[in-house]
Amino acid sequence: MKIANKSIKFLTVIAISLFTLHSYAFSTETNTNDQNDGGRVNTKEEVEAYILHHIKDSHDFSLFSYTGDDGQRHHFGFPLPVILWTSEGLVTFMSSEFHHNDDGHVIVEKDGLKFAKIHSKIYELEEGAATVSFDETHHATNAHKVLDLSITKSVVGILVIGLLLLLWFSNLAKQYKTKQIPTGFARVLEPLVIYVRDEIARPNIGEKHYRRFSGYLLTVFFFIWTLNLVGLTPLGFNVTGQLGVTACLAFFTLVIYLTSGTKGYWMHMVWMPGVPVLIRPILAIIELAGAFLIKPFALLVRLFANISAGHIVVMSLIAIMFILKESIGTIGATGLSLVLSFFITLIEVLVAFLQAYIFTMLSALFIGMAVDDYEHH
Amino acid sequence: MYNLIGAGLIVIGAGIGLGQIGGKAMEGIARQPEATGKIQTAMIIIAALLEGLAFGALFLGK
Repeated sequence: MKIANKSIKFLTVIAISLFTLHSYAFSTETNTNDQNDGGRVNTKEEVEAYILHHIKDSHDFSLFSYTGDDGQRHHFGFPLPVILWTSEGLVTFMSSEFHHNDDGHVIVEKDGLKFAKIHSKIYELEEGAATVSFDETHHATNAHKVLDLSITKSVVGILVIGLLLLLWFSNLAKQYKTKQIPTGFARVLEPLVIYVRDEIARPNIGEKHYRRFSGYLLTVFFFIWTLNLVGLTPLGFNVTGQLGVTACLAFFTLVIYLTSGTKGYWMHMVWMPGVPVLIRPILAIIELAGAFLIKPFALLVRLFANISAGHIVVMSLIAIMFILKESIGTIGATGLSLVLSFFITLIEVLVAFLQAYIFTMLSALFIGMAVDDYEHH
Repeated sequence: MYNLIGAGLIVIGAGIGLGQIGGKAMEGIARQPEATGKIQTAMIIIAALLEGLAFGALFLGK
């Protein structure tokens, strides 16, 4: 009991210190934004651009940046590999070769091909072009997109968290071979695993089949929850707020409940027994649309929108301290922003759990519908 | 402009819906405290479905 208490306290301290760092990392960034290049830049626009940049995935892992006394922009972070499948095969280089440029002015030459990064997308320049030229709507005219397989920031997040989960849970599983009660951090994980199994998998899937799917449900639950929490730290991950990631998770659930559907499930979907024959085709259309489109769409949009909205709200509240600085004074703006962002961050910690819970719960519910043997009528 | 009004209407509708769900769940729990767990689960699922609808509409109307 004492050990468990200690590790919970330790985790809480770590979490709180990380959340405070978050606002610190942000403030160093935006503080310098309004004195960019000597000229006055609209703070509101800068904040908006910063938030939008944070929400998107990026090719390098930047922790923070500032403008030094020499007028140069200093970036802290590390580069990530860029892997491209171009017209001439595989091309790889480090993202540092773009020098943090995002509007296509820095051209990287590799294997006789030229690349430019425009708004976080990598373009391959056409034959003979030396610089990217834009039309009035700011679309590149002499460059085209390439298949981008880069290890981006989100991919790093997924790999690191995946590895961490593998270590934690294989450690937990190993401990049952030698002792009755796990020790250390595994003791924190055990009740969570039992919670997911007994409160989510078992009641929604049913006593008969829940064992088959609890592996998937546990993986998805801990993956989403850990990534949501990591997203609240100053590392600036927004992995579960990427449409691609949530779409992939929803696709896994879709494949699982479609492939494990029983005969009764499909019969109830395409030719519902017990209703007038004329209504059956209409019901079939609704049910098929529900199973193939609406259910996975609801899963992917909910997670993506909740996490992205949460990040936007937290960062907007932190940005209050720069936007309201002139109207209510530095101390007033900082205090207001500190109080608001502190409490909204606490709510976000709850949302991080709730979204993982809801995703797992709905997946379990959909799987439960599919494996039900429909014998009761 | 119109899409902003639409987004506002969506939020109002979702708010009314969530209020109904929460209020009825409270009533249910007050009447039958022993069914709290079941009521809460059902409440969260329906609230999640409503939320998905609201977010979907917000995205389409953005």
